[in-house]
Amino acid sequence: MVAHLSRLARLGLTDAEMEAILPQLRAILAAVDRLQEADVSGVDATAQIGGLYDVMRDDQVDPGLTAEEALANAPSHEAGLLRVPAIQ
Amino acid sequence: MSLLDLSISELGRGLRAREFSSVELAGEALGRAESLDGRLGSFLRTTPELALEQARAADRRLADEADPPALCGIPIGHKDVLCTRGVETTAGSRILEGFRPPYDATVVARLARDGAVVVGKMNCDEFAMGSSNENSGFQPTVNPWDEERVPGGSSGGSAAAVAARLTVAALGTDTGGSVRLPASFCGVVGVKPSYGRVSRYGVIAFASSLDQVGPLAKTVEDAQLVLSCIAGPDRRDSTTSPAPVSDLAGALREGVRGLRLGIPREYVEAGLEDGIKAVFESACRWLEAEGAELVEVSLPSTEYALAAYYVIAPAEVSSNLARMDGIRFGPGEPQAPSLLEAYELARNRGFGPEVRRRVALGTFVLSSGYYDAYYLRAQKVRTLVAQDFSRVFERVDALISPTAPTPAFRLGERTHDPLAMYATDALTLPANLAGISGLSVPAGFTAGLPVGVQVLGPYLGEAMCLRVGAAVERAADVWRRVPAGFDG
Amino acid sequence: MAELQAVIGLEVHAQLLTRSKMFCGCRAEYLGLPPNSNTCPTCLGLPGALPVINRRAVEMTIQTALALGCRIPEFSKFDRKNYFYPDLPKGYQISQYDLPLSLGGHLEFEVDGERRSCGITRVHLEEDAGTLHHAGEIHTAKFSLVDLNRAGVPLMEIVGEPDLRSPREAPQYLRALRQLLLHLGVNDGNMEQGSLRCDANISLRPRGQRELGVKVEVKNMNSFRSLEAALEFEVRRQSAVIESGGTVHQETRGWSEVEQATVSQRSKEEAQDYRYFPEPDLPPLQVSRDLVERLRGALPEPPLRLRDRLRDQHQLGEEQAALITERPQDAAYFEAMVAAGAPPRSAANWQLGPLQALCKDAKLDIEHSPVPAVELAALVRMVEAGEVSGTTGREVLVEAFAMGRSPVDLIRERGLIQVSDAAQMQAWVDGAILQLPKAAADFRSGNDRALGPLVGAVRKASGGVANPDLASRLLRERLGRGGG
Ligand SMILES: [Mg+2]
Ligand SMILES: [Zn+2]
Repeated sequence: MVAHLSRLARLGLTDAEMEAILPQLRAILAAVDRLQEADVSGVDATAQIGGLYDVMRDDQVDPGLTAEEALANAPSHEAGLLRVPAIQ
Repeated sequence: MSLLDLSISELGRGLRAREFSSVELAGEALGRAESLDGRLGSFLRTTPELALEQARAADRRLADEADPPALCGIPIGHKDVLCTRGVETTAGSRILEGFRPPYDATVVARLARDGAVVVGKMNCDEFAMGSSNENSGFQPTVNPWDEERVPGGSSGGSAAAVAARLTVAALGTDTGGSVRLPASFCGVVGVKPSYGRVSRYGVIAFASSLDQVGPLAKTVEDAQLVLSCIAGPDRRDSTTSPAPVSDLAGALREGVRGLRLGIPREYVEAGLEDGIKAVFESACRWLEAEGAELVEVSLPSTEYALAAYYVIAPAEVSSNLARMDGIRFGPGEPQAPSLLEAYELARNRGFGPEVRRRVALGTFVLSSGYYDAYYLRAQKVRTLVAQDFSRVFERVDALISPTAPTPAFRLGERTHDPLAMYATDALTLPANLAGISGLSVPAGFTAGLPVGVQVLGPYLGEAMCLRVGAAVERAADVWRRVPAGFDG
Repeated sequence: MAELQAVIGLEVHAQLLTRSKMFCGCRAEYLGLPPNSNTCPTCLGLPGALPVINRRAVEMTIQTALALGCRIPEFSKFDRKNYFYPDLPKGYQISQYDLPLSLGGHLEFEVDGERRSCGITRVHLEEDAGTLHHAGEIHTAKFSLVDLNRAGVPLMEIVGEPDLRSPREAPQYLRALRQLLLHLGVNDGNMEQGSLRCDANISLRPRGQRELGVKVEVKNMNSFRSLEAALEFEVRRQSAVIESGGTVHQETRGWSEVEQATVSQRSKEEAQDYRYFPEPDLPPLQVSRDLVERLRGALPEPPLRLRDRLRDQHQLGEEQAALITERPQDAAYFEAMVAAGAPPRSAANWQLGPLQALCKDAKLDIEHSPVPAVELAALVRMVEAGEVSGTTGREVLVEAFAMGRSPVDLIRERGLIQVSDAAQMQAWVDGAILQLPKAAADFRSGNDRALGPLVGAVRKASGGVANPDLASRLLRERLGRGGG
């Protein structure tokens, strides 16, 4: 399980790290299992508080960043483009 | 005696009377940080150049304007999760080392607009995940009242610096108690506004549906002044409430006569340390003496709140932190032989253990086959928690409880037991699930450690929280006490 | 073994023609900009930045859905689709999962003159990703370069039901959909540049069997032709697998233009777990019935109905009617010409012939033609009335188009109006007979072909304004061959 999660979340956990984290995740999940006891029949899910709907903006162009600003924090770029290692 | 011992309104009078300048005030804050923060670790960095520039501008406004804003010239610190244009902003994480945002968070811009002077970026648990500030990727912060103890988290740097008079006020963020808990541990006031009362634009996200920015300050009035500046709708944050901000200043003078205050049975019946219980009980007596009626109420879903929180928050974290990929910002691993390795190396090196734990947990609860049993169910429990509060707020004006079951604990005491650490937030996180307003106000001490009282108000009930908080503050009369060693 | 039947469904992604991006104020038009010059904290996925929904994009999607006969649920929301890829700055795409803006419609299209209908599962709204550049093939390149100008452009996804039964139907369905999007003005229909993209799902099953076979997803087809070719390839490939007793694997395959083959990209085992969940940064949508009715009221005439109407109303040929209604601006131009009094068939001929050629050469859209519909209609009327010859008309149109002038003004200025007055013409006719006695004699003795040079001489003597029909009638009369 942990290896799968580590890959899905790009955590790159080493074997030792996986071994350390597994019992912690198990303990947390066991505690979180408390949820299964709650009676939620007929209860709606709340994804968000505040009861807002239809918050939208007009289709207008606003000034953004210059290419220089966009790249200023990038560890690697070339000819105005972000550079990433080989996609295999 | 330091200028930083004064409240914002006292400082404002001094600034307007030219008893001292904003430049001098900022200089004193920075000087104190320079000489005293080596012990505390509350700042990740000071911003002397920015502070000087803003203080000079503030001095010009104070000279030129008939009625400058209350915060004009007042030194303030920003929790490092707040994007500050051109100033390194790391959220306490190695993965963001060197990141200089090209933009200001809305709250940062609003404080600047009112002339506040930024003296630095405050230490915090990595991506605000933690209750002790021990999860900072750079350094722990310690509690100024006892340097062997934690300041609370995740806004521990902000709370410790205000308590130690290194800054007049600071912003923090509260996702499960991260403003209120350190406020309680450090003996300062901390406000968690209702969800949507303050813009999250430019706030490095922990859990988007729970995060709120709030002030940490020495007094309820100071906190109110900062809150009044930052609160209100923002077109850049679709989740801000369009409702106008109520008269928060007026609330401070109203007193509690005639208010019905509820004490949630589930918050006080188990697990409170004696010293906490004693301080809370005296606060109750003060409030009754001031004319409030105290009633016991029940929030029956409280027992599931922690579990719901530790599903919802990690789920959102796992997604919010996906952008930390080392491509557009952060040190990254551009020399890695493949993209996959670049992602994994950057994130493995950049994230600390708590962040990895929560990202893994959040990834799990959202993954196919587990979504319904964990995430969806947690959202339903969230509804129950919110309904509990709506129900009791039909009967009472506000709720009061201790902010935390214990005072500040020792460094290292809970670092190896995530569940014990998570339980620290048991009394604060239900308010985040429900999106309601809350604050923590110092009410006394136990064995030399500050103890806070939590006031919870209804949705958009900040004024009510401040009103009750101010009454506790008046009765407790402790805000001028300065931790030993920081009082010179 | 029973004959195998293909079951095909298309997923189409269409960039919306909004001014700004889906969730930020950057420009939606990104082509030709310097790399990474069209971003902001939001579409760059910087820490702390938040999305805000573009109202126009929502309206365009609802309007498209209505044109496809979809239902617009009252409640809709955005979700996060989580996966890592360098062109996806936030590590998730804001899309719609279980509560899309619309559900359940259909699209009518034609295959070889026969009308078909294909179900539409849903039309939803999401954001586009950035673009990747690399030397050579993506999986062998040492590094890739990322441009985020396109990241966050509004993208409408139109998911079709698996109702298509042959590769031949797929491009026809897509053509009809493209035409609809063009008529709605929501997309520019450009497949090469990727503003309209198409993925296909295809499975085979024995004819008569109800259950579907194993589904393969095919990507990377950027023309109608490659869509059909890729599906034909898959039919051949999957048939061969089945007929040799093997099983088709569920996987994603990419069409390679070079190899004219599909190539495996990702198998089911490596399939993504997208961990969809409701986007906490965006409150849900409650689409008011008022808005739906307002958008429905503003729908243009459906392209197929427009085609039939123009065909019947103006006695156009099937082909001509189809061409003139291909794009809304063509139909608008045509209808404006007719309204200005041009006979419909000639109007269509002039528009589809000389005018379209001029526009194409000048790379101008017909709506920006320097000769507007009213002007071309006036020219067509003159030609029809015999006031200028077709040849002169075409020559003048070329000049008028280049100069941005009115063709009729040019004709007047240059005195090119044909003389159709018999008395005035008589002198030129007599002159031509004197000038070309041999041709005159030949024609008199029955050689019809000799008339041509004589008419030419009349036209020449007139300076090009003699009406050639009248000239030949008068020549015939003069040379004793009138009335025949
Ligand atoms: Mg899609
Ligand atoms: Zn943008």
